[in-house]
Amino acid sequence: METVLKNVRDRYNVLHETHTHGVFITVSPNDVIGLLAYLKNVEGFTHLVLLTAVDWIEENQFQLTWLVNNPVLKQEMGIRAFIERSVWPEESVMDSAHHLWPAAKTYQRELHEMFGIDFPDSPEVNEPLILEYWDQLPPYRRDFDTKKYSEETYFPREGRYTRDPKTHMEAKLYAREGKKQ
Amino acid sequence: MAKMNYRKRLIDFDKRTVESPDGETFEVNPMQDYYCDAKPKVHPPSKIAPLETFYNWCRAESIFILGFGTGCGAIEMRPLMGPMYDASRFGVFWRPTPRQSTVFFIGGYASVKTLKRIVRSYEQMQGPKWVFAVCSCTINGGMYFDSYNTINRLDHYIPVDVYVTGCMPRPEAILDGIDTLKKRIKEGRGEGANKYAKNFEWYKANQKKIIKDWDMPDYNW
Ligand code: SF4
Repeated sequence: METVLKNVRDRYNVLHETHTHGVFITVSPNDVIGLLAYLKNVEGFTHLVLLTAVDWIEENQFQLTWLVNNPVLKQEMGIRAFIERSVWPEESVMDSAHHLWPAAKTYQRELHEMFGIDFPDSPEVNEPLILEYWDQLPPYRRDFDTKKYSEETYFPREGRYTRDPKTHMEAKLYAREGKKQ
Repeated sequence: MAKMNYRKRLIDFDKRTVESPDGETFEVNPMQDYYCDAKPKVHPPSKIAPLETFYNWCRAESIFILGFGTGCGAIEMRPLMGPMYDASRFGVFWRPTPRQSTVFFIGGYASVKTLKRIVRSYEQMQGPKWVFAVCSCTINGGMYFDSYNTINRLDHYIPVDVYVTGCMPRPEAILDGIDTLKKRIKEGRGEGANKYAKNFEWYKANQKKIIKDWDMPDYNW
């Protein structure tokens, strides 16, 4: 793994690196596809495990993570890139990796639907995957209020109430000892 | 030559007159879907009361469940089919197609995408038919009550005859629910399909409110 990392560091501008839970390296979005191609074709990371996104709403960024795997040496590596978080209905744009792994197109379709991240030229990226014809803020964006949407749309049944787990369990378990603190 | 004909048939979407094996001739339009689009009708009970009781007894004792698992609760159908709980002792069997079933078993949460298929399958079932909904998710949304994609109350979209709560209910609870359903049918209270026919507009409006890509006929069977 060290040699791989050294090779990567020599060739690309690595912005950040962490080794705590597996190896994750952060590069600029423009470098990602080149780095993925390098890892796939030269270093033997031939398997794309997943592609996913995180919405950092406070920093106004989307974090994209590609997990790649080297099935021969049993190594795994995560590539991260931060792209700008667009204001809906505008979409953030990232380069597609479907020419490296055809399966990437499904992840990209999902991200397009759930986060509103567009991958131009990725096959079928505009077609609905899970939600059929969703016409508002993509639901995985953190400013989407899923409870409010559900209440407005799906006829909630009255009589539902929520208990605070801490106080409820305290009252239940230590009823005889009286209230704690 | 035969191949040519076949290819010509494939791209030929014109109206044409064909002859049936019985010698009848009729016109066929390949670009048209053929289904009965008449709205559902209310079926009144038989005028002779003892006869209706007999009918209801027959209906209750031959329950055919549509094996369509919509959510996690559908997994509880499997032990019921097997020797452990053996629902066939109670005259309950599973059928693979809506056309042959009388009870629609909704096994838990229904996403909007599934609901579209549920509505279609429900309408394709022949009457008399009942809906049997297990799991909290069908009653008030269960633990998915705040999800953007799963419905909260099934009875706003199709009429439900019996609910079984639980997350998920044990097979014993489901057997008990089936017993309740049988009792209701025998008492002549299993009127879900008639309720659907009576409040058809209301149900359709609710369905159309959440199914955005409504690309099916309003009613089909
Ligand atoms: S009630 Fe529980 S088991 Fe049933 S569908 Fe909902 S989450 Fe699944």
